[in-house]
Amino acid sequence: MHEFVQYVLSYLGSDKTPGTAGNIFWATVYVLLVFVGLSVAVIAMNWLERKILAHMQVRLGPMRVGPHGLLQPIADALKLLLKEDIIPAGADKVVFWIAPFIVVVAAFTVFVVVPFGPTHAITDMNIGILFMLGVSSLSVLGIVTAGWASNSHYPLIGALRSSAQMVSYEVAMGLAVVSAILMTSLNATNIGTLSMIGIVEAQKEQGVWFLFKFFPLGIIAFAIFAIAMVAETNRAPFDLPEAESELTAGFHTEYSGFRWSLFFLAEYSAMIAVSSIAVTLWIGGWLRPFPNALTGPTWDLAFSLVPGVTFLFLGGMCFYNTARMPKHPLFRIQTIGLAGFGVVLALIGLLMFLPPVRDRIGDIFWFCAKVAGFMYLYIWYRGTFPRYRFDQLMKVGWKVLLPTGLALLILTAVVGMRAELLAQVKEVLR
Amino acid sequence: MTDPNTLSPLDLDTLDKTYLDANELVINMGPQHPATHGVLRVILRLDGEKVLGLECVIGYLHRGVEKIAENRTYTMFNPYVDRMDYVAAVSNALGYCEAVEKLLSVEAPPRAQYIRVILTELNRIASHQLWLGTHALDIGAITPLFYTFRDREEILKIFEKYCGARLTTHAFRIGGLQYEAYDGFEKDVKAFCTFVKPKIDEYEELLTTNRIWLERTKGVGVISGKDCIALGVTGPVLRASGVKWDIRKAQPYANYKNFDFEIPTGQNGDTYDRYIVRMIEMRQSLRIIEQAVEGIPEGPIMAKVPKVMKPPVGEVYHSIEAPKGELGYFIVSDGSTQPYRVRVRPPSFINLQALDLMCRGQLVADVIAVIGTLDIVLGEVDR
Repeated sequence: MHEFVQYVLSYLGSDKTPGTAGNIFWATVYVLLVFVGLSVAVIAMNWLERKILAHMQVRLGPMRVGPHGLLQPIADALKLLLKEDIIPAGADKVVFWIAPFIVVVAAFTVFVVVPFGPTHAITDMNIGILFMLGVSSLSVLGIVTAGWASNSHYPLIGALRSSAQMVSYEVAMGLAVVSAILMTSLNATNIGTLSMIGIVEAQKEQGVWFLFKFFPLGIIAFAIFAIAMVAETNRAPFDLPEAESELTAGFHTEYSGFRWSLFFLAEYSAMIAVSSIAVTLWIGGWLRPFPNALTGPTWDLAFSLVPGVTFLFLGGMCFYNTARMPKHPLFRIQTIGLAGFGVVLALIGLLMFLPPVRDRIGDIFWFCAKVAGFMYLYIWYRGTFPRYRFDQLMKVGWKVLLPTGLALLILTAVVGMRAELLAQVKEVLR
Repeated sequence: MTDPNTLSPLDLDTLDKTYLDANELVINMGPQHPATHGVLRVILRLDGEKVLGLECVIGYLHRGVEKIAENRTYTMFNPYVDRMDYVAAVSNALGYCEAVEKLLSVEAPPRAQYIRVILTELNRIASHQLWLGTHALDIGAITPLFYTFRDREEILKIFEKYCGARLTTHAFRIGGLQYEAYDGFEKDVKAFCTFVKPKIDEYEELLTTNRIWLERTKGVGVISGKDCIALGVTGPVLRASGVKWDIRKAQPYANYKNFDFEIPTGQNGDTYDRYIVRMIEMRQSLRIIEQAVEGIPEGPIMAKVPKVMKPPVGEVYHSIEAPKGELGYFIVSDGSTQPYRVRVRPPSFINLQALDLMCRGQLVADVIAVIGTLDIVLGEVDR
């Protein structure tokens, strides 16, 4: 027992991630935390997407289950779990059964290397970004098998579209990623890194988010990635595999209940995963805004108060809406519920003002806030854009993004090595 | 393929053979499908994503409206026509009432005619708004649907205030109107006109110059004016192909010759032109409404029509420009209180014939866009 406590305590104060430090206990704790956090994020995202989309479309969205529909995702989850589990008669049962698990496992595994802070990752691989891209592209296997095993036309077409789309956008995505990785090598040693934590630290070292590095090259690379990641996750305007108006529901047409909810879970966690790649590579990961320009204890204090203020603001919004609730006995429970939710948010906010929490929560907060920004973009796209047609989607991928990505890669390399190149030119001229 | 006569329909009996050909895929779309606008069933023959041919199977909403007419008196049949094109019920009623009036050789008084024009044009805007919302939804833009429904609500409110019903209004009677315009009718209509103009701009802002929208609609579902005429296609689809044919101008009925408005036409006959034509039509309808509401004359709203209608033996064909195209009624009277035969020329049914021609060689996603752009209502196709 004593040894175990020693083992657990030995990690505390380490400046490595639990995986790198080789501490199994803390790695397991981190895995559980990430898993729970991700599930909560998907549930929250479900509610937020419906609410935000509803407000963009001049309607209210869920309003009945809980105050402002806050309990709607839970009600939906219950409904999905209790639904009859249907496997079509002509389906290949084993493959049909396995497919959603492949997708979910692929979508969750990538979070092993996502850095929520300098030490807040399950592990820090030296090939972190490669691992993320590789594992996340495994989910296409699950989609293809799902479409094939359903033994039905719509899922088959949906699966084929999906695989073609994911494979072709991965190329452009990879090129954009490589140009960001090139930027990490601009240091004294001229050696770059593929580690997710290393990429963020390179941005800190160079004092600029890679988004603004070699303006406008960084922004173009980011734009390519931002477009490709939407296509990669099969979201509007690239949601052809599940184009509702054409293929009813695409590859998961024949799925229902729990299996369907696994696909749903996988789709949303994949969205969060690619957003975290974008955040890590271009928007400075866990770094707070202006970590180099606005330094000093005053600015540190000011930025460390932001998480608490954010939660207090959210709590305040709850209280504002509590006051606006209809004054009718029927709404009493809902009003109390909303007020309770506000109290919880406000308490979390107050907790974040405590110095020990305040100093540790900042990294995770900034990372999650940046990812949340991307999640909002996803919803915004969905509310705004019509859907691309399949051939146009391929055209955008292969004829626009891929050549741009290639040219960008070369340009980034040239700009990054301009000093050496100039020296060479001078050498030749002499 | 330009000569529609050479079109060979997909032979249903030989479908099984296509399974042997690995390149071809036969897909059944509908009648339970989110984008077939009701209960249209389309059997698609695909080569990958490319459409080789398609066949429409209709009749899932058949209620025998024409047969019902033979067992109803002229007055009793009037509400039934609302149920054909249920998103433009007022236009249906206008066509029927005018056809029977022609048979009876009566004419509705001017005041009734003005109110008829206002309500019909309001209905045209409502129908086009519903079309726009669902068409955009089919192409993947989910937001315009809610905007158009929000604004269509204002039209339905006017209908509700006028006659108590919102959708199947039964607004007109043979010989004129049942109800006098309510107090504040003019004010409501004027308020609606000023309300909806910026809203139409808002729809256009969302779609007209949207790159994805342009890519999805330009050059999709092209049909030439000649093919349109050969197939009998009418309405905005015909006009978008460059044929300036609108019954409101060509054979003016009701009071349309008194109003100043323009007929929009397109050149390419593609989905985008049809979209533009309908958007302009909404604005032109507003123009007509504004003129009509300024000039509503005083006077009776009902012509002298016998209580028991026994039109003289004979037949009549009368057509109007419904939001979807030429809506015609062919009524044969044998001198009794009930029509001997009523034949409806439904624009949706005849426009739907062009689907195969417009979709061949295009992609699956275009079939959805073309079904949307034809603006069919299955209640009218099947009757």
